[in-house]
Amino acid sequence: MKGLSLIVKTISDFVVAFIIIFGAYIVLYGHLTPGGGFAGGVIIASAFILLMLAHGREVAFSKLGERAAHILDSAGALAFLLIGWAGVVGGYFFMNVFGRGEQFRLLSSGMILPANIAIAFKVASSLFLVFSALAIFRRRSFRSMIEGELR
Amino acid sequence: MENIAPQLYTLLVFMVVGSIIAIETKNLLSAVISVSAVGFALSIAFLFLGAPDIAITQLVVEVLVLIILIRGTILLDNTAIEKGRDTLAMVASLIFFGMLLGFGALIFGSTGFPAFGEPLMRVSKVYVQTGLPATYAANIVASIILDFRAYDTLGEATVLFASILGALAILRRTGKAGEEVVSA
Repeated sequence: MKGLSLIVKTISDFVVAFIIIFGAYIVLYGHLTPGGGFAGGVIIASAFILLMLAHGREVAFSKLGERAAHILDSAGALAFLLIGWAGVVGGYFFMNVFGRGEQFRLLSSGMILPANIAIAFKVASSLFLVFSALAIFRRRSFRSMIEGELR
Repeated sequence: MENIAPQLYTLLVFMVVGSIIAIETKNLLSAVISVSAVGFALSIAFLFLGAPDIAITQLVVEVLVLIILIRGTILLDNTAIEKGRDTLAMVASLIFFGMLLGFGALIFGSTGFPAFGEPLMRVSKVYVQTGLPATYAANIVASIILDFRAYDTLGEATVLFASILGALAILRRTGKAGEEVVSA
């Protein structure tokens, strides 16, 4: 289980950076073009999952450690909550207190951009964690696992 | 808006056939692939309906789910489904769908379905008309889910957080045990 063939490894090394850039684009322009935090986060997670499939778990965890993913997951959720609480300053929960900026610019529409980024971090790290938890299931069936538990 | 009914009906037939194959097939891997085919057809249907946001999300989630499910399926020893069909459950679901279609025909048969996207409801009218001036977000979906209804999105994020916490809590112990077996 040391990953797939050399061809797959080389191509995936080449492609991973572009997938992450595309995911970041989908996240950052979520308030201007179709996309957003969730879709971009899934794309970024799929880049790390490609690394894990091509190279095995060790290489993927050296890029994004399990502990770091846990921290990013919680930090994304907390950041989104904090953006909501920032609205309380202006009046109510989730009020758009940040400046709206100039129409059709990247830095516009107040809290939508930071909220997209927070959701992207949350979704990317949590989906990566789910896949790593499932990939730890080596070649053991559920039945033999249950029997092992009972024994 | 041009007439997109033929494309949608084609996709709908494809999705129904894919779902039936997913239920009827005896091979687990075929079932997984048919379910994914249904999901991809759904994302194309969203594109035809003019919802690129949801189409992108559906597409990337479908790819990820396909990878995870195939990975989970090929790690199992036994991928054939041997169990027979539960007759009682089939009869119950047939009765349920019969009643659903019957009552639906009773309700909508007299008044008829409203046209697609019409009438514009009061709340959605406000969103559509004030989405750009109120938030300056050119993507109206973003302005709705992250500004007008950000509270809903917070609940959604909480659900995701809790479900992943639960999944990791369940899978963690067996994962650790499997690792010990491998390293020992």
